[in-house]
Amino acid sequence: MDSNDLQVSRRGFLKLSAVSATVAASPPLLAKMATADGGRPPVMAQVAMEVNGKPQTLELDTRTTLLDALREHMHLTGTKKGCDHGQCGACTVLVDGRRINSCLTLAVMHQGAKVTTIEGLGTPDKLHPMQAAFVKHDGYQCGYCTPGQICSAVGVLDEIRRDVPSHVTADLGSKAAVGEVELRERMSGNICRCGAYSNIIEAMTEVAGSKA
Amino acid sequence: MKPFTYERATSPAQAAAAAARTRNTKFIAGGTNLLDLMKIGVEEPDHLVDVNGLDLDTISKTDDGGLRIGALVRNTDLAADRIVRSDYAVLSRALLAGASGQLRNKATTAGNLLQRTRCPYFYDTHQACNKRLPGSGCAALGGFSRSHAIVGVSKACIAAHPSDMAVAMRLLDAKVETVQPDGKARSIPIADFYVLPGNTPNVENTLQPGELITAVTLPRPLGGTHVYHKVRDRASYAFALVSVAAVVQKDGSGRVALGGVAPEPWRVEAAEAELPQGAKAVTARLLAGAQTTQHNAMKVPLVERTLASVLAQAKG
Amino acid sequence: MKFDTPATINPIDRLKVVGKPHPRVEGPLKTTGTARYAYERHDAVPDHAYGYIVPATIGKGRVLSIDTSRARRAPGVLAIVTAKDAGALGKGKYNTAKLLGGPEVQHYHQALAVVVADTFEQARWAASLVKVEYAREKGAFDLAAAKGSATKPGDDADSAVGDFAGAYAGAPVKLDATYTTPDQSHAMMEPHASIAAWEGDKVTIWTANQMIAWSKGDVAATLGLPKDNVRLISPYIGGGFGGKLFVRADALLAALGARAAKRPVAVTLPRPVMFNNTTHRPATIQRIRIGAGEDGKITAIGHESWSGDLKGGGPETAVNQTRLLYAGANRMTAMRLAVLDLPEGNAMRAPGEAPGLMALEIAIDEMAEKLKLDPVQFRILNDTQVDPEKPERPFSQRNFVQCMREGADRFGWKNRSSTPGTKRDGAWLVGMGVASAFRNNLVMKSGARVRLAADGTATVETDMTDIGTGSYTIIAQTAAEMLGLPIEKVVVKLGDSDFPVSAGSGGQWGGNSSTAGVYAACVKLRENVAKNLGLDPATAVFEEGKVSAGGRSLPLAQAAAKGEVVGEDTMEYGDLEKRFQQSTFGAHFVEVGVHAATGEIRVRRMLAVCAAGRILNPTSARSQVIGAMTMGVGAALMEELVVDKRLGFFVNHDLAGYEVPVHADIPHQEVVFLDETDPKSSPMKAKGVGELGICGVAAAIANAVYNATGVRVRDYPVTLDKLLRGLPTV
Repeated sequence: MDSNDLQVSRRGFLKLSAVSATVAASPPLLAKMATADGGRPPVMAQVAMEVNGKPQTLELDTRTTLLDALREHMHLTGTKKGCDHGQCGACTVLVDGRRINSCLTLAVMHQGAKVTTIEGLGTPDKLHPMQAAFVKHDGYQCGYCTPGQICSAVGVLDEIRRDVPSHVTADLGSKAAVGEVELRERMSGNICRCGAYSNIIEAMTEVAGSKA
Repeated sequence: MKPFTYERATSPAQAAAAAARTRNTKFIAGGTNLLDLMKIGVEEPDHLVDVNGLDLDTISKTDDGGLRIGALVRNTDLAADRIVRSDYAVLSRALLAGASGQLRNKATTAGNLLQRTRCPYFYDTHQACNKRLPGSGCAALGGFSRSHAIVGVSKACIAAHPSDMAVAMRLLDAKVETVQPDGKARSIPIADFYVLPGNTPNVENTLQPGELITAVTLPRPLGGTHVYHKVRDRASYAFALVSVAAVVQKDGSGRVALGGVAPEPWRVEAAEAELPQGAKAVTARLLAGAQTTQHNAMKVPLVERTLASVLAQAKG
Repeated sequence: MKFDTPATINPIDRLKVVGKPHPRVEGPLKTTGTARYAYERHDAVPDHAYGYIVPATIGKGRVLSIDTSRARRAPGVLAIVTAKDAGALGKGKYNTAKLLGGPEVQHYHQALAVVVADTFEQARWAASLVKVEYAREKGAFDLAAAKGSATKPGDDADSAVGDFAGAYAGAPVKLDATYTTPDQSHAMMEPHASIAAWEGDKVTIWTANQMIAWSKGDVAATLGLPKDNVRLISPYIGGGFGGKLFVRADALLAALGARAAKRPVAVTLPRPVMFNNTTHRPATIQRIRIGAGEDGKITAIGHESWSGDLKGGGPETAVNQTRLLYAGANRMTAMRLAVLDLPEGNAMRAPGEAPGLMALEIAIDEMAEKLKLDPVQFRILNDTQVDPEKPERPFSQRNFVQCMREGADRFGWKNRSSTPGTKRDGAWLVGMGVASAFRNNLVMKSGARVRLAADGTATVETDMTDIGTGSYTIIAQTAAEMLGLPIEKVVVKLGDSDFPVSAGSGGQWGGNSSTAGVYAACVKLRENVAKNLGLDPATAVFEEGKVSAGGRSLPLAQAAAKGEVVGEDTMEYGDLEKRFQQSTFGAHFVEVGVHAATGEIRVRRMLAVCAAGRILNPTSARSQVIGAMTMGVGAALMEELVVDKRLGFFVNHDLAGYEVPVHADIPHQEVVFLDETDPKSSPMKAKGVGELGICGVAAAIANAVYNATGVRVRDYPVTLDKLLRGLPTV
């Protein structure tokens, strides 16, 4: 990765900032010029990533999280903001195939990344098997944590396939395997206040079984 | 969140130099703790150096039979590593007891060591907190302190260190490898890495400004039975009330370290001599001089009982 | 339509669609992230600005000054609104504290200002630059300390029948115990959020709200607008549990911000602000006294409850169930309310019964033990088929005993050891617990409009909401059943204040009441359809897309060939609820493991048996119950808003500090519904289940922990530190 990937954008900055008299040539310089006053301008940066198979190039405030980039800039609102602090899992997406909390990572940190959101898994007319299993087993109620649960569930089955152990794996020497207790532990980073847990595990078990 | 500038580091030395060059700089890797704290204004860096592109994400054997863990190895990958699982199982167990799958996929080895406390008054920027704002006082003293530390504390701060991984690292005598802004490397034994709060709870470790962690190394495997028991109300995705990490040998000797009881991963080597005498004797030494509150006094019997259970489990 | 005599046979009884486990009709939208929640309406409001709350950071006092100068100079800032420049604001009927505080600060994190900027990041940063100076005042933050000053909150706060004092004094076996339940938070997954847009003096708010009509009125009252100038739109709601019954600060701040910025504004409450800014379930102190004869029959039962709230607020009605659940000739209940300066207390899932049964059902367990009776038997022994305060008033239906028996049988209750602390599974002590579930069934006036289009589809419009309860689906099932259509031919539109006023989602009345409203509208539509087709409305049968009467059979769609046919009506209720006590019943069975060394508590098995009238959709009804059971696990084992009694706020105000159950806490859950209908509830013959499911769960768990360990915990949550002293030595 090269620092040249990062471009501080004059245009984006001018568009959004009222206090825009100066634009720094390099980020550190800009930081030095910042005052203690509220007038500190936002720093804009360009980032390019692939989201659900489509290339996206965005000019973003460096403070923009991957979650807010998805929701507010790409209008992919399927990814939810439940806590914005990594305490609920509603914002779970798959980045380069791994599930993460998109609220606790900056969009600019994802230059070149491949992001899959709930919208990228399936559509109402063509559900992903995990989405279909959630519908069948009623693995949701209000639906707000659901996209995160589903992305996480897809990530969990892949982690088991890749032999990632969990807190409840009895023997670290043996290969990770699917089981109700394993799925519950691994899904524990996705809170569902409606309490659909029992049904979610049924949905995952069905999908895991059909893959085996 | 204050506006900040951002750059991607190209080498560890360049990262350290960049951090030293710009005032109030933070490295960002996983970001799972730093961004959390930036959103509520606890951390307010002016500049971020993104170190994710650095080539520090591998695990390799060292010449002396130990293990070198790159600073950017994600918690998931470290816990899943076959060598760690077989030779340093307590580390794998500690990692898997922490956070959630999503967080472990992002969080790094170095970042985990540097996690900041979960004290609710530290997190609420409108409350007194000497760690966050030196001299402002400590709202946790006399406040809600169920999760707080009972040893190593001071009148200025009773915050507990939240990491599980660090407890195992302390148990295993890990060393923290760093590079300094002038490009020089150094190796800090983990016993010397953390600093107790005293009158300066804002100082949490011995890293110098701009100093970047590049790796954590582990000595040769200890053998024995490895156990990590984390006690918490919720079955998962919660910080420890107390945790006990232990490696116990067939002859009953071994090592013990504790989480959730101190401002740093807690180990008293002298206490380990008492292991053959059982949990009560070890706990007495480990928690000597404990300063408890009405909310966290239960941690003393809880440590003893958990340790007893761990020792029984190790015996098989 | 008025429902004032018990239902007879009606088209719903055909049960071709109603009563079937149909998957949620909106499932494909929710599982693909295409159902749009309040903060996600880029489609409707493409260019909104962002508002960010400035919350108060003292528990009680006054604002001396608010300095917005730095914030105003921050990049992107469009407007800042405080109470000073908000204009005259009223207060909604359903709010206790003001939604925008200042100069008086009534509670921690009460909103003091909203900062509006072009982007979320700019608004958040600028909000942090607003500097507020306060004069702190002493507040009352400790319920136990304020208990003595508590007063009687209204004439109906007490009940008394017979001679409680005398009967209790004379009872051969008695219990007098005090229990406490903590403040709890709804902690629904979707934070309170709204987008407001003005057109002249009319405002539209896309929001997350359970009670559209209440809240439309309260927005109007707060902003000083005629009701007709307010429109609320809330088709998808990311959980509520009572926390979204009312207009909250997000809606007001969005409206005020949008008016000042002259641009639509979106506001969401940051999670760490929600716990103190919004409502919560108030803590209680409950004293229960029970006297019984040696035969196990209760002769005296008394339940007193103390809770606190801001001035002008109400009590947590924790004695509700004790007035109706068990027999006993001599009875008393009393509620007392203390003034506390904590955030506003209000309804959370099964207000009253949830915390009331947390206490009562431990007391019943304790009493059974004193009587050396099996706790299931003791409960059955004290069943009553009439309102025990008014024996002339029967229950509309009460299959409580069947719930207990069926549950005991299915759960293997006979394997429970009656001696605590005697069952072990490796490192774990194992115990079983039981508790009664009880929650009243409320019926609420509810309206709907049904449109039949020329293509044969029916569209239902009502301001009813679906907070995860399954409203979309059961309403579609109801209309399909009434009109003889497959469910795919029914479109349901909810949560818009332009639609007919419904019962809304609260008090577990939503399912039965809103479908009854749809029933009424369908009856109207059927009449209009029959007339259009020249068929006799009285005898017309609607089946398989056809309408038949007098030997003729015509396609339903034909009625709308020349234009849509509309039926609109409201279901209202007579005095059946006065003549008959309508309640829902259940039994919860739980098995727990308690780690013998550490005291860690893990639920191993859960079963609920429910008697709640006709089950309109067994899938969504079961989900309501398992979800409620899950929340009950939280109440039993971890949920507590911890009060800092010096500073006056809930300390653990985020989702890491306020723990709710995660996947790993919840085993496979079993739910059984007794096959019953209640013709006195509505033409649907249904009752509520969404709150019944939480009632008693926590006590069943506490009782199981006692059975496992022999340690009786009377102060929730039941955490391991409260068990340590009683656990076996290690």
